[in-house]
Amino acid sequence: MEEKAIYSRPDSLTDRPMHYCPGCGHGTVHKLIAEVVDEMGIREKTIGIAPVGCAVLAYFYMRFDVMEAAHGRTPAVATGVKRVLPDKLVFSYQGDGDLAAIGMAETIHAANRGENISVVFINNAVYGMTGGQMAPTTLTGQKTATSPGGRLVETMGPPVKMCELLNTLDRPYHIERVALDGPAGVRKARKAIRTIFEAQRDGKGYGFVEVLSPCPTYQRCTPVESLKFVGNDMAATFPLGLFRRGGERIDA
Amino acid sequence: MSRKFRVLINSTYCKACELCVAVCPKSVLAVGRSTTSKGIHCAETVAPDSCIGCKACSDICPEAAIEIRVEGDGQDRK
Amino acid sequence: MGDRVLMTGNDAVGEGAVRAGCDAYYGYPITPQNELTAYMALHMPAKGRVFIQAESEVAAINMVFGTAAAGKRAMTSSSSPGISLKQEGISFLAGAELPAVIVNVQRGGPGLGNISPSQADYFQAVKGGGHGDYHQIVLAPDSVQEMHDLTILAFELADRYRTPVMVLTDGRLGQMMEPLVLSEGPAPAPPDKPWAINGAAGREPNLIRSLYLVEGELEQLNIRLQKKYARISESEKRWEERDTGDCDILLVAYGTSARIAKGAAAEARAAGIRAGVFRPVSLWPFPGERLRELASQARRILVVEMSAGQLIEDVRLSVGERVPVDLEGRMGGGIPSVSDVLARLRALDTEGR
Repeated sequence: MEEKAIYSRPDSLTDRPMHYCPGCGHGTVHKLIAEVVDEMGIREKTIGIAPVGCAVLAYFYMRFDVMEAAHGRTPAVATGVKRVLPDKLVFSYQGDGDLAAIGMAETIHAANRGENISVVFINNAVYGMTGGQMAPTTLTGQKTATSPGGRLVETMGPPVKMCELLNTLDRPYHIERVALDGPAGVRKARKAIRTIFEAQRDGKGYGFVEVLSPCPTYQRCTPVESLKFVGNDMAATFPLGLFRRGGERIDA
Repeated sequence: MSRKFRVLINSTYCKACELCVAVCPKSVLAVGRSTTSKGIHCAETVAPDSCIGCKACSDICPEAAIEIRVEGDGQDRK
Repeated sequence: MGDRVLMTGNDAVGEGAVRAGCDAYYGYPITPQNELTAYMALHMPAKGRVFIQAESEVAAINMVFGTAAAGKRAMTSSSSPGISLKQEGISFLAGAELPAVIVNVQRGGPGLGNISPSQADYFQAVKGGGHGDYHQIVLAPDSVQEMHDLTILAFELADRYRTPVMVLTDGRLGQMMEPLVLSEGPAPAPPDKPWAINGAAGREPNLIRSLYLVEGELEQLNIRLQKKYARISESEKRWEERDTGDCDILLVAYGTSARIAKGAAAEARAAGIRAGVFRPVSLWPFPGERLRELASQARRILVVEMSAGQLIEDVRLSVGERVPVDLEGRMGGGIPSVSDVLARLRALDTEGR
């Protein structure tokens, strides 16, 4: 009997097995980006900017042009690429330390300029590559290598909410937060990434998707428990949904 | 008439995170009993006839290790 | 011949960049290089090119990094404290082998220092101010004409060797006005850049990186870089000599200090002291061989620089024990005067007889 694949590994993903820990959300989002690139037929126009962090090696898994950036400078590098290659699809892929700590200035200002780029923000509430230190998005009370007693608001501040922060700016076109808390969350994430990629293609401007993402290793749980951590604990601090659509703020 | 789906798990990519097993609504998948050459209990199909082609497993899989096939040309179902 | 115009040095750098086909300029305000950023703000968009006032010097150098990776010509400029902030980016440019032009209009330091001209960033520029084993080509103009010409050369060398190139100048050269002849005609087209990330259309994907985690890979990169630096050293040493044929005392200086040295040497000649001037134009690679040759005929060397003595180390490395090397240096934004240098020349002349 003839068979047809209704889902298969996207072409824009290389054949190389990824180095991430089992259950890590980076692989999921790499896959989603590759799927969207394939769906839109833009593999030969896509340029990815990889961060410093666990996803620094993202370029091994993406079958299109990719470059590295210094820690946190990804939006500035993306700006430098996009301004001279306006007809290409340029996205920056960043973790929470890269985007919301060391790279906060570049993040805010690229958004404020309304750069016609797409930013995919992986928020897993912890630094992965360096060994589970506190991130700007670590939850209040969450234990990490550098907040062994749990994140204390009095001395460490509360988690930084990037969608809300960026939503105060006038120029972003699309801001959305999704969570990889199950298959439905993954589909929403895919749709959100497609939305900002299409917005860029159509010259609409800056798109930002925050993906609450599992990091079983440093969220200190199993992959399955990690889905719950993302969907329950993280989503309680970082409300899911649309913040900006078509350049208009969405009322909460 | 119910259509027949097939879930293929590529053991090159599977890291045995068990997410596919956890999200499958029809208990099609289970953690494999044998270990792969990498020492991993790769997920496997234990109830293939129950698969409804919902793609929950392929969506949740962080490794893009899962392929889902359907009998026929797959045209009437996405 | 191109047009003869009157310009500040900072503007001359800007016009040089425009004429060199600079596709994108990224800057951040800092004195004494602000005229350059303003010049680019005026002229780049008018030509359909990119100008961004970045949120910081760090962002600016990383925008340069992106544009360079995309295969286009990029430049940033700043002054000493801002150049310190760019060092990580310059190291990344070197590691990723990307061409870019960085202009340092030096001011007094350390710290916030002052806004007077200085040459105290010599070590940072020529010894590799960022981390890792790398060099950047460093060109040091001593006139508004050279501010223009060496900026154009900087773009060519950057592309030829896929390396960052710094134009090392100072606030005095940046802000003074002189007549200059503008370069004529369109700059030669940049070389093909098959390595650029500009969309993998009809080819395998390109990757720009400076991270090499597999054992031995990073050493291989470094070996390749060192070979490249050896090639640059062989081909790109530049200098100027004045009255070195019979000179008894050789003045060594670059940039603003070289202008002062030339003035003092001329006055010394008039007073019967056989002084000559050796001016390195490329500070890295340093034209040490020629300096060593000259040292075999000169009786003494006097290094003039606006620092506590940085250039003098490369001079000593070049000439060894052949001849005594002295320093006439000023610090913290101080500028040696022709009469100060002349007085030193007189003293050295007397002492040596």
